[in-house]
Amino acid sequence: MTLVGINWFKYSSPASFYPLAGRLVPWFFILAVALALVGLYLGLFVAPTDYKQGEAYRIMFIHVPAAWMSMFIYVVMAIYAALGLVFNTRLSAMMASALAPTGALFTLLALWTGALWGKPMWGAWWVWDARLTSELILLFLYIGFMSLEAAIDDARRASRASALVAIVGAVNVPIIYFSVQWWNTLHQGASISFSNAPSMAATMLTAMLVMTFAFWMYTIAVVLMRVRCIILERERHSDWVAEQMAAGR
Amino acid sequence: MWAVLRCLFMRDLLLAVRRMADVLTTLFFFVIVVSLFPLGVGPEAETLRTIAPGVVWVAALLASMLALGHLFDSDFRDGTLEQMLLTPQPLSLLVLGKVMAHWVVTGLPLVLMAPLLGLQFDMAPAALPILVISLLLGTPAISLIGAVGAALTLGVRGGSVLVSLLVLPLYIPVLIFGAGAVEAGISGLGAGAHLSLLGAILVLALCFAPLAAATALRISLE
Amino acid sequence: MLRVSGLAAVRGDRRLFAGLEFSLQQGALLYVRGPNGSGKTTLLRMLCGLVAPAAGEICWRGEAIRGRCETYLQQLFYLGHLGALKDELTGIENLRISASLAGREVSEEQALEALQGMGLVACEDLPVKFLSQGQKRRVALARLLLSDAALWILDEPFTALDQLAIERLQTVMAAHLARGGIVVLTTHQEVAITAAVMQVTLGIRRA
Repeated sequence: MTLVGINWFKYSSPASFYPLAGRLVPWFFILAVALALVGLYLGLFVAPTDYKQGEAYRIMFIHVPAAWMSMFIYVVMAIYAALGLVFNTRLSAMMASALAPTGALFTLLALWTGALWGKPMWGAWWVWDARLTSELILLFLYIGFMSLEAAIDDARRASRASALVAIVGAVNVPIIYFSVQWWNTLHQGASISFSNAPSMAATMLTAMLVMTFAFWMYTIAVVLMRVRCIILERERHSDWVAEQMAAGR
Repeated sequence: MWAVLRCLFMRDLLLAVRRMADVLTTLFFFVIVVSLFPLGVGPEAETLRTIAPGVVWVAALLASMLALGHLFDSDFRDGTLEQMLLTPQPLSLLVLGKVMAHWVVTGLPLVLMAPLLGLQFDMAPAALPILVISLLLGTPAISLIGAVGAALTLGVRGGSVLVSLLVLPLYIPVLIFGAGAVEAGISGLGAGAHLSLLGAILVLALCFAPLAAATALRISLE
Repeated sequence: MLRVSGLAAVRGDRRLFAGLEFSLQQGALLYVRGPNGSGKTTLLRMLCGLVAPAAGEICWRGEAIRGRCETYLQQLFYLGHLGALKDELTGIENLRISASLAGREVSEEQALEALQGMGLVACEDLPVKFLSQGQKRRVALARLLLSDAALWILDEPFTALDQLAIERLQTVMAAHLARGGIVVLTTHQEVAITAAVMQVTLGIRRA
């Protein structure tokens, strides 16, 4: 199957994906840094001061994109996991394993920046707001995925088992999110809520979107690097890896 | 087809009867955990009354989760699980039979014990039936969801701790609606909505958990 | 009846075997040999459909087993290293329950007869955990007498058996082969059967 002269299925084998990934990594890093600089400039200097929250709200430009990325990465991870489980493709399973640590990192970043925002806002380092609590549960799901994979010695069984965990988790995420929303609105008034964020000025939204793209590019770059390591590790008995090692790459 | 489910269900009940210790340890764990809270929080009646639904529910979750180790482990170790994978019967049906027996042996005692523990915390008597119903709907869902985790961690090092890591996030909706039902009952808001949602989760679990657990068993026995 | 082509197995990182081919007709006995760790148990479990092969195909009566699992499993009997017996149940209860799980009804008399057929007397009512290793093995093998499967896959069936039990099992296997069944087995002992005996030896490095 050729599309625009490229044979897409060629890259579904670890051996041919490895060099491609290596060539793409620097470009994505450059894009990530460039977008991050633009986004931070917009967020820190251009966007207006919020009349209610002062300057402290600017942490939102990291918190919200990180939260979005953490959820997005989980979905992509679950999709790769499902592909690996159903079609038995090794590279899909490797991509799922490569995505997990970055997703967990963004979840941690979202939680940490959420705490930093909460302190000047409400005087507490942690609030049991629906979104922060959902992020915390998402972190548990990521950690469960990574722990299961680490605990099983046989690589094939490990990736298939953790794939099932990812899929079951993905199916449950809407249920968990809904139930946490329910729990939150019943127990507290709407006073403490991140959804009471300042109404968005256009520049604020632009800055957040730019930061989101910056994180996205960073994710792709880092995941490509990580998947290269995973490919080398899991395919270490094949001939092409031996050649790579001999050539010193 | 249903004859096989009944056969496996009766077999597991028979095995539980001959190995009573497993049944009783889960129940005693439940009682002990619930009794720890007043010791940690202080014996003021008002505080205890407020935290009672949550405490009973969390303890039930933990006790159920601890019992998950018994679900597939012994069958795995003596080779009967392998034979179950080799029968022409659908594996999800066999899993359902095992989980049902497991619930009767570990979950049902918790449901029956809960009112006594509620009284220990001076819960309003009107709330006790709601507590029982919420646990009656919630504990089977917990057993079903937990079966998936138990199947995934068969024979893995540190399996029991790993199961809790995998399965506790998935229990959270059940916990929220279950404890919420009791609190709604106490405050007079009516527990109908919570209990319906619990019922919905149970139905979803009945439909999908046996399939997921069967897939997990095939993965674990490769 | 049973045909295997181009079969390859990978366990963890090691490639156990590749390019395995054989074909078994009715009344054939396949003797799988090889040193420890050469993949004999893996091959047997692949034939059962428990493990997916890394490459190749297994066909029963012309159809790949992956697609037609139920019909294949109905004609399959597998005895692995573990005896598949519940310790707390008696021999008779174990036999009746494993028959029900396979979809057959077995009465108490039939179960008793099967146990006696394997030479077990006077311990049918004891929970299996009180029996010796050899007796447990006999109970596990008694399942053979109650099964009407055409294909028997036995992983080291002679372990822990005394001479009398070994001869009994050999008689049972011979009868099965005479009826047109197929037996695939691994063992470290010599099997005395007068039937079409094929051998497959694993663990040989091809130049």
